[in-house]
Amino acid sequence: MFYREAGQYKTTYAADMAIFPIRQDRYGLALILLIAFVAIPAFGNQFLINTMMIPFLILSLAAIGLNLLTGYTGLLSLGTGAFMGVGAYACYKLETFFPQVNILVWIVVSGFVSALVGVAFGLPSLRIKGFYLAVATLAAQFFLEWCFARVPWLVNYNDSGAIEVPSETLFGLSVTGPTATPVTRYLVVLTIVAAMAWIASNIVHGRIGRMWMAVRDMDIAAELIGIRLLRAKLLAFAVSSFYVGVAGAMMVFLWLGAAEAEAFNIDLSFQILFMIIIGGLGSIVGAFFGATIIHLLPIALRALPAMVGLSIDAARIDQLTFMITGILIIVFLIAEPHGLARLWQTAKQKLRVWPFPY
Amino acid sequence: MDLLRAIFIDPFAQMIGSPDLLAQTIWEGFVGGVLYALIALGFVLIFKASGVFNFAQGIMMVFAALTLVGLHEKGVPAWVALILTIAVMYALAVGIERLVLRPLVNQPDIILFMATFGITYFLIGLGELVFGGNPKSMITKELFLPGGSIDLHIPGGRVQLQKLDIAAAAVALIMVAGLALFFQKTRIGRALRAVADDHQAALSVGISLNQIWVIVWFTAGVVALATGIFWGARSDVSFALQVVALKALPVLILGGLTSVPGAIVGGLIIGIGEKLGEFYWGPLLGGGIESWLAYIIALAFLLFRPQGLFGEKIIERI
Repeated sequence: MFYREAGQYKTTYAADMAIFPIRQDRYGLALILLIAFVAIPAFGNQFLINTMMIPFLILSLAAIGLNLLTGYTGLLSLGTGAFMGVGAYACYKLETFFPQVNILVWIVVSGFVSALVGVAFGLPSLRIKGFYLAVATLAAQFFLEWCFARVPWLVNYNDSGAIEVPSETLFGLSVTGPTATPVTRYLVVLTIVAAMAWIASNIVHGRIGRMWMAVRDMDIAAELIGIRLLRAKLLAFAVSSFYVGVAGAMMVFLWLGAAEAEAFNIDLSFQILFMIIIGGLGSIVGAFFGATIIHLLPIALRALPAMVGLSIDAARIDQLTFMITGILIIVFLIAEPHGLARLWQTAKQKLRVWPFPY
Repeated sequence: MDLLRAIFIDPFAQMIGSPDLLAQTIWEGFVGGVLYALIALGFVLIFKASGVFNFAQGIMMVFAALTLVGLHEKGVPAWVALILTIAVMYALAVGIERLVLRPLVNQPDIILFMATFGITYFLIGLGELVFGGNPKSMITKELFLPGGSIDLHIPGGRVQLQKLDIAAAAVALIMVAGLALFFQKTRIGRALRAVADDHQAALSVGISLNQIWVIVWFTAGVVALATGIFWGARSDVSFALQVVALKALPVLILGGLTSVPGAIVGGLIIGIGEKLGEFYWGPLLGGGIESWLAYIIALAFLLFRPQGLFGEKIIERI
């Protein structure tokens, strides 16, 4: 009823190719941004912002990064956690070497460091494909994780062997370290994630995105139509690792505040992979859906028994959470193997033609 | 120059200097390799027959071992517990086929791969819920597994062989031989090979895919149980064992995803290479390199043979 595009004429090519060609979509997005930028900081409590929103946004960004590689270019990677770690450690090193430089600069630059490492580990992708490549990226995961734990230079030889985030300010407001308020950190994270999601969406809608999708669908055919595979694949690794690295740097500096090597272990890689598969491979909005399910679902499941007045002890809840998560993954896959993003598309299409079936 | 010497000369001098240490290291690598190979075998069986990259193999191993020990702790005699565990693995195979594989038939590989993650999570939760999360020790005595060790005298010293490890190697050998016979000589084995070759062709000559899948998952479950018993006897039965299963992945790609002999050879290469690397070159890098060395070895092989040592040649067509 409200979701009609009748009467919205497109008079230019650019308007037709816009990311949100329908006016209602643009309003919807504006509403979401308004809620995220104004309503949540104004009315959200500490739990909502610190435990739910900040991790959700950061994990979404990592999922977007992985989706560029796995969903759009078809290169399965299990090394996401380690690349997040590269971003985090690079940011920490740069920050402690040059503390006077703006922290945001270092968060972005650490993304470039991660991109370089990603390209190095992406080199075998030209010869190795599919699950073989997935296991090859595990080499990156375990090797880098070992480096984080064993190279004391990375944490400036401190005693704890962990990254300890120093306090930094931005325009006079403290954004990292113990003195930063959750709301400030949330707004910084939100701004970066929104900007980078917008850039990613533009990349995949443009020439580069089409090149990647051609490689995904069949790389030999892509090569025959003149796409240089080495460049396309390495570019995918670079951009993906950049996103993942920035997410990693934010994870430590704006969310956790301190992190050991274990924070970037294989479980994190798997978690991000779940997000993009559940959310939808090859979809930017899918990364957000996936992060919602994978990050927020366990929180909700833990809170649920207390809400309905059941008292179950914590260990049992953890076990049940594991079982239910497992079942839900399978149920989601059976219901819609293309992920929640496809479900969203279907729902929008239904709404568009409502009350008629087609 | 010193560094080059430390990398290329010193370890070899050390090897020649004390052959008993070398033999001991190789033996330990061999046993580890056999056990990796067993896990990889479970992967290969399922991948060949159903094209599913079964991430849950590791947790199936833990779950099987946990069921066995847990049942025994509840007072069931060891041999009954063993039979019951095998029954549980059968029920699991049927359940997975009915509830996971059948609805997801004909989906892309990555979706099926993801579904096995769902199974993994479910089994972790179920295992902890039923048997508790504490590490348990394997019932080696009740299963008549030998303990203690024998000393083997070789020129230059002696090598200590754990009897348990010898038993593990023997069981692995019997199992692989048995599987090979089963594949070559029986009616079901032929059907399995047909399914592995081409699903549609197999269907068209009247082979029931569903039945084959149950059999394959059950076989993988039994292999998982055997693996779980021996890994459990070497360390404790706990969910930490799952990490071992991740080590089977480089074995798998080194040997080729579809090859049973590949799993064995890959297991031995990784097992021995890892132990030698850790022992002779590890100290140079500060130790702990076992965690990634296997992957680097596999990666090095893959660069030259992208389909693994024994994998089917990849032919790509437009």
